[in-house]
Amino acid sequence: MLFAVFLPVLLAIFIPYLSKWKENIHTGFFVLLAPLAIFIYFIFSIGNGFDPVWQKYQWIPSLNIGFDFYLDGLSLLFVLLISGIGTLVTLYSIYYLDKSERLDQFYVYLLLFMTAMFGVVLSDNVYVLYTFWELTSISSFLLIGYWNHREGSRYGAMKSMLITVFGGLSMLGGFILLHLVTGTTSIQEMIAQADVILQSDYFAAIFAFVLLGAFTKSAQFPFHIWLPDAMEAPTPVSAYLHSATMVKAGIFLVARFTPIFSGDEWFFVIVSGVGILTLCWASYMAVRQTDLKGILAFSTVSQLGMIMAMLGFGTKTAIYAAVFHILNHATFKGSLFMVAGIVDHESGTRDIRKLGGLATLMPISATLAFFGTFSMAGVPLPFLNGFYSKEKFFTAATELPETSIWLAELLQQAIPYLAVFGSIFTFVYSMYFVFGTFTGHKQLEKLPAKPHEAPIGMLLSPMILVLGVVVIGLFPNMVNSTFLAHTAEAIYGKPVETHIKFWHGWITPLFMSIAVVVFGAILAYTRKGWQGIYTFLPGKLSFNKAYDFIVDQLEKSSARITNRYMNGSLRRYMVLILTAILIGAFSTLWITDGFALDTSDIASVTIHEVVVAVAMAIAAISTIFTRNKIAAILILGVVGYGLSLLFVLYRAPDLALTQLVVETITVALFLLCFYHLPNLREQTELASQKFTNVAISVGFGVLMTTVAISAHSTKGFETISDYFLEKSYKLGGGDNVVNVILVDMRGLDTLFEIVVLGIAALGIYALIKLRNKKGAEK
Amino acid sequence: MEIIMSVLAGILFTTGIYNLLQKQMLRIIIGTALISHGAHLFILTMGKLKRGAPPILDDAISEYADPLPQALILTSIVISFGVTSLLLVLAYRASKENGTDNMEKLRGSENDE
Repeated sequence: MLFAVFLPVLLAIFIPYLSKWKENIHTGFFVLLAPLAIFIYFIFSIGNGFDPVWQKYQWIPSLNIGFDFYLDGLSLLFVLLISGIGTLVTLYSIYYLDKSERLDQFYVYLLLFMTAMFGVVLSDNVYVLYTFWELTSISSFLLIGYWNHREGSRYGAMKSMLITVFGGLSMLGGFILLHLVTGTTSIQEMIAQADVILQSDYFAAIFAFVLLGAFTKSAQFPFHIWLPDAMEAPTPVSAYLHSATMVKAGIFLVARFTPIFSGDEWFFVIVSGVGILTLCWASYMAVRQTDLKGILAFSTVSQLGMIMAMLGFGTKTAIYAAVFHILNHATFKGSLFMVAGIVDHESGTRDIRKLGGLATLMPISATLAFFGTFSMAGVPLPFLNGFYSKEKFFTAATELPETSIWLAELLQQAIPYLAVFGSIFTFVYSMYFVFGTFTGHKQLEKLPAKPHEAPIGMLLSPMILVLGVVVIGLFPNMVNSTFLAHTAEAIYGKPVETHIKFWHGWITPLFMSIAVVVFGAILAYTRKGWQGIYTFLPGKLSFNKAYDFIVDQLEKSSARITNRYMNGSLRRYMVLILTAILIGAFSTLWITDGFALDTSDIASVTIHEVVVAVAMAIAAISTIFTRNKIAAILILGVVGYGLSLLFVLYRAPDLALTQLVVETITVALFLLCFYHLPNLREQTELASQKFTNVAISVGFGVLMTTVAISAHSTKGFETISDYFLEKSYKLGGGDNVVNVILVDMRGLDTLFEIVVLGIAALGIYALIKLRNKKGAEK
Repeated sequence: MEIIMSVLAGILFTTGIYNLLQKQMLRIIIGTALISHGAHLFILTMGKLKRGAPPILDDAISEYADPLPQALILTSIVISFGVTSLLLVLAYRASKENGTDNMEKLRGSENDE
C-alpha cells in the first residue's frame, strides 16, 4: 500500500524527462499508467468477504508518527474513486490539453495531488493524514493557478489556499488535542476510545476544530466561496479535484470521525444544519450563474451539502444513502464537467447566454449531458443512479432519530421541507444547464469558434462515467453488498443491510420526488419570469464581498497598526523601548519586593568626593540646557574628568589614566566634528513630548539608582577577587593585578576589545574615505 | 558614600537618556557618552568603594580594592570610546550628506526609493 500511495509521486520525478518527447507522445500517456495500476490493484479488494487491512511503516517512531495505512470500506470507496476518475481525467486531459501547454508541470502537480489524496484517505495516523491533507491544498493551489498569466487564476488559487489552509490548520489543532486526550496517534485506536474523547474537557474544541477543517475543504456554507473561483483551473482539474475527489476529503473526514463524534447530540445539529443550509443556498445560487462551470461549481457545493447532511442524520439509511451518493455524484458530476469542457473546447465559450442549440452539432456530448443532468436532478427513471440516492435522501430525511435538544427538533421538522426545496432548485439548474446549452436557438455568430463534435478520445472518459451512471442505475445491487455495504459499515459501526429497489410503492419519498419534478419543471419553464428574485436575494449581498472585505481590511489594518508605531522616528522607538524597560523593571521590583537599603557596610563620606560628585551632577544637568555646542562639549569633558578624579579617589590608577586619556581624545574628536555640525538649536518640541522625555529620563535615573542601592545592600556571594590578588604574582608574574587580569586571566576580553577598536578605526576610515557616487548624486 | 555614588550614576543616566531623546545628533551622542559614564560609575559602585589600597601588590599591604570591576570598566571605557568616535564620524557624514542633523527629518523606510 505504501508503494501504491507513493507511485504517482515516484512517477512525477520522471515526468520532466518524459515530457521532452511530448511532440511525439503526449506526456499524459505515461501518467495514465499510475492511476490505472492503482485502480487495478485495489479493485481486487472488492468482494463480499472484505476485511480491513492495516499496514504500518515507520517514519518518526519517537513521535509515534508513521505511515500507517488502514484500508476499510470507506477508504476503499475513496481509493477507487480517486484512481478510477484519476485514470479517466488523465485520459481526458490528453485530448483536452494541447501539446503547446506546459504539460510537465501540469502532470507533476496532478500526480502530486493523487499521492496526497491517496494518503488522506488511507492514513490511519492523524499527523500523516494532516501532512497529506495540506499536500492536497498545495497541489490544488498549483493546479488552480496553472494558467498563472491570468488574473482570475491567481485570485482563485490564492482564495482557495487561504480558506483551505485556514481549515487545515484548525484541523491540526483538533488532531493535537485528540492525541493529547487519547494518547494515541491512530484514528482506529481513537475510535476505540470514543467514550474518553466524548467525556473529555476538550471535546467541544476538538469537535469544532476538526469540523472546521472538513467544512472548509468540502466547501460548506459559508466557506463555499472558494470553489466557484477555483473554476479558473483547467477543466480536467475541475472535474477531478473540485467535483470528485478533493472536495470530498472533508466528507471523508466527517465520515471517518463519525464513530467518535456522532455520540454527541450536537453532531446532528451542526453537521446536518450546515449541510442542509449548503444544499439549499448553493442550489438556489446555481440557477443564477451564467458560466457552465459556475453552475457546476455551485451544484457540487449543494450536492456536498446534501451528503454532509446525510452524514449528520446518522441513521442507517442516511449513511448508506450518503456513501451511495458519493459514488453517484462522482460519476455524473465528473462527466458533466468533462462535457462542459468539451463545449468550451469546441465552441470557445462557456457562457450559457451565448450557447444554445448545440444538440444537433454535438449529438454525443448532448446525450452524455442529458444522462448526467437527469441523474443529478434525480429524475425518477430506472437507469439513473441519481434518482436512487435522492430517494434514499428523502427517506432518510423523513426518518430522523429521536432527539432531546429543541434546536435539533426544530431542525428535524424543517429538514424534509428544506430537502425538497433544495432538490427543486437542483432540478431547475440541471434543466437550465442542459437545455440552455443544447436546445433552443443556435447563436453561432456569437461563438468564437465553429462548434463541432469532439474527438473520440475526449468523449471516451465522459462516456465511461455515463456508462457507470446507467449501470449503477440499472443494477444498483451490483455495488451494494459487495462494496457500499462495507463503506457504510465503516462509518456506522454496525453491519448495514440495504436492498435497493426502483419501486418502493406509494410512499412519502416518492411523492416528494414527484413534487420535485413537477415544481422543478414549472420553475425551470418559467425561469426567465422569476429570475428577478436574485436582485432581492442575495442582491448586493455576497460572501465573496465579505471575504474580499476581510482580506482587504486585514491588510489595511495591519498596515495601519504598523505605520502607527513604526513611524521611523528614533525618539519614538527610544520612548517605546525605555517605557517597556521601566514598566518591566519597576513592576518586577514591586512584585518581588526587591528594594533594600542597608547602610551597615558602607564607605565613609568625605568632602572632596562630594564636591566632585556635585560638580559632575551640575555639569551633566547643564548639558541639557546649554544652547552652545562648544559649551556642551566642554561640559561633557567636565563630567569625564570628574569621573577620572573619582577613579583616583577610589584607588583605580589604571582607570583614572585611561579615562583621562580617552576623555581628552573624545573631547578633541567632538571638537573636530563640531565645526561641521550645526549649532544646538532651540528645542521646538511640544510640551507633551517634553513631559514624556522628562518623565522617562527621570524614571530611568530613579530606576538605576534604586537598582544600585538595592544591589549594594543585598548580601550576595563573596567576591572572587581574592583569587586574583593571591595568584596575580604567582601565575601572572605581575604586581599590577588589574593589568594581569586584562592580559593573563581574562586576556580574551582584551583581544576582542582590540578588535572593536580596530573595526571602529576601519569604519571611521571607510566613512571618511569612501564616497558612493550614486548616493552622492541622489 | 555608595549611596551618593548611586544617585550620581542615576543623574548621569537621567541626563543621558534625556539627551538621547532629543532630535539633534550631537545631543544624542552626548547622551550616549553620559550613559556610558553612568554605567562605569555604576559598575565601580557595585564593588566596594575605598576598601584598601590600589590593587598593585606590595608586601606591606594586605587589603586591596577589588581589581575585577576595574578590569571590566577598563575594557568598557575602550569599547565605548571606539563606539563614540565611530558615532561622531557617522554623525558628521550623515549631516553632511543629508544636509540636516535633525533625526526627525532623517527618516526613511524600506519602501522609499
